[in-house]
Amino acid sequence: MKAPRFSFARFKAIIVKEFIQMRRDRLTFGMMVGIPLLQLVLFGFAINSDPKHLPTAVLVADHGPHGRTILQAIRNSSYFDFVSQVTTETQAHEALARGDVQFVVNVPENFSRELLRGDRPPILVEADATDPAATGNALGSLGTLLDGALQNDLKGPLAFLSGTNGPVELRVHAHYNPENITQYNIVPGLMGVVLTMTMILITGLAITRERERGTMENLLSMPTRPAEVLVGKIIPYILVGYIQVTLILLAAHFLFHVPMVGSVPLLLIAVFVFITANLAVGITFSSLAANQLQAMQMTFFFFLPSILLSGFMFPFRGMPHWAQAVGECLPLTHFLRIVRGILLKGNGLQEIYIQLAEIAVFAAIALAIGVKRYHQTLD
Amino acid sequence: MNTELAIDVCGMTKRFGQLTAVDHIDLQVRAGEICGFLGPNGSGKTTFIRMLCGLLRPDDGSGTCLGKDVIRDSEAIKREVGYMTQRFSFWEDLSIVENLDFIARMYDVKNRRDAVHQSLERLGLTERRKQLAGQLSGGWKQRLALAACLIHNPKLLLLDEPTAGVDPKARREFWEEIHHLAGEGLTFLIATHYMDEAERCHRLAFILRSKLLVHGTVDEVIEQARLTTWEVAGPNLLQVAEQIRGRAGVEQATAFGNLLHVSGTNAAELEQAIAPFRTEQHKWSQVEPGLEDVFIHMMERPKQEVSA
Repeated sequence: MKAPRFSFARFKAIIVKEFIQMRRDRLTFGMMVGIPLLQLVLFGFAINSDPKHLPTAVLVADHGPHGRTILQAIRNSSYFDFVSQVTTETQAHEALARGDVQFVVNVPENFSRELLRGDRPPILVEADATDPAATGNALGSLGTLLDGALQNDLKGPLAFLSGTNGPVELRVHAHYNPENITQYNIVPGLMGVVLTMTMILITGLAITRERERGTMENLLSMPTRPAEVLVGKIIPYILVGYIQVTLILLAAHFLFHVPMVGSVPLLLIAVFVFITANLAVGITFSSLAANQLQAMQMTFFFFLPSILLSGFMFPFRGMPHWAQAVGECLPLTHFLRIVRGILLKGNGLQEIYIQLAEIAVFAAIALAIGVKRYHQTLD
Repeated sequence: MNTELAIDVCGMTKRFGQLTAVDHIDLQVRAGEICGFLGPNGSGKTTFIRMLCGLLRPDDGSGTCLGKDVIRDSEAIKREVGYMTQRFSFWEDLSIVENLDFIARMYDVKNRRDAVHQSLERLGLTERRKQLAGQLSGGWKQRLALAACLIHNPKLLLLDEPTAGVDPKARREFWEEIHHLAGEGLTFLIATHYMDEAERCHRLAFILRSKLLVHGTVDEVIEQARLTTWEVAGPNLLQVAEQIRGRAGVEQATAFGNLLHVSGTNAAELEQAIAPFRTEQHKWSQVEPGLEDVFIHMMERPKQEVSA
């Protein structure tokens, strides 16, 4: 039998049909336009791998003129924004642990006197180095900055103090990740990313599938409450989420040797809140989407900003304010702070509860929308 | 409260935006009765059934279903009603027994295992119980659907075109089962397009363009139509039909196999109209109009007559 010849008419018929179907599925069409736009905005405007204006606390034990000069110079560098003043080392460490500040600049006692004596007094900069990308450039700029800072102060008879090694010694303490190992930051973060993607997608599909196959009508004709259906559908996937978390934790420990300073049980509790938040998003999406494809597209639409604006791939503080504001609304942003905080910084409940509460609020809102949108009837 | 009526609703109305899908329908179905629910596609049958079982909220209307308020007690009604959807709506990736077990759990059936076992036995599904629902043929899917609808011992079954796509033998067995169950006291409301099935019902309700047209036994429905029907046998019936259709008094001319049915409501006018065609070639005889004649007649009634 001879195969039929390539028919231009048939070929055209297929093209026309595809266009008609494309036009009918508004959401898909919207996504095809919307996703490139979103990417353009995110990559073009939001992402910055050279973060500036990082929040910095100062701990000043010496009020001499030269200490002030140095602080002024650091402030002028545009990498550091002085946001608070602390008075003790403990306060400084707390601020770092909570993630309120990225750096603490410490001017030690007798700084000016030792400087004038030519003792090369230290300027101590403590950094939250969980994300090496966030601190790298700022710390790199410090060396030259300090050398130049005192030029005006050390003129005339004091010029000899500038010496070959510089008048002061820069001591950097990179806390939490002293060797600047990127994996330490990425692998725990990955836990959040994986959970976001799979939890939202799976629940999104689970409910749209019922609708697409017509089984929803059957389910609704039975005496059920929305909570029974929704929560019942969620529970199995929470279990799946924990399997994922376990796998990542094992890999983090045995494969990447990520330090686990804090309490793993606490992390597992935080994971529960985070999983719930994502499942709630998934349910909300599935109540909005008409079919599985749309649920998948919505997931992608949510996933893209989650991964780019949460601080997973790019330093959170490098982004413009609007992008940070968007990022603050995403559960992944807060979860990353929690998981990195617990594993790398050894944070306890006290440091993470605010982040946890923000995820919980997000989950409550998303679930409320989902339950409201989930109709007990077909209309 | 009239305990003898399983369904007693009036003024049931459902609108979807501009469209009124069900327009003030009143319906009474006695307990233990099989009520056939007829009407062309899109006339509002499915919407009406969905309102009865609480899947859609009526915009207007009131009444009772199994003695319970259709608006307020829809959750309680759901427990005592079995609803079989038009499209197969069980979980295709679950086996027969898993589907039945799930449904039984959803309805809180007591002695669940026994109930599932009995329902498998009763509908002859025992051997296939481990088969995935998605792999079953049309007839078996329909048996599973019926078994699932019955597992919680409902008092009323709402079946939406239950035999679509089912072969004649399976259909006959299905209807035998229905009559058997009705004998046990179950009430049925069955939407269907098949005339032979309609004739097996105790009473019929015919809806057209969202409104209830007739309600009664088969004989009552036929009589109410006041139709005169002539049957024609002979050659070239298609041509005869075409020529006769436009004439005054002829309301329909429909081919039934090798026969032609010509019907009209005005017997005298009809007889005049067919007079020129009563030649040697064709054998004309007046017959009792069948259900199908009546339904086609009703479906072809002009719009204004229906909405009047």
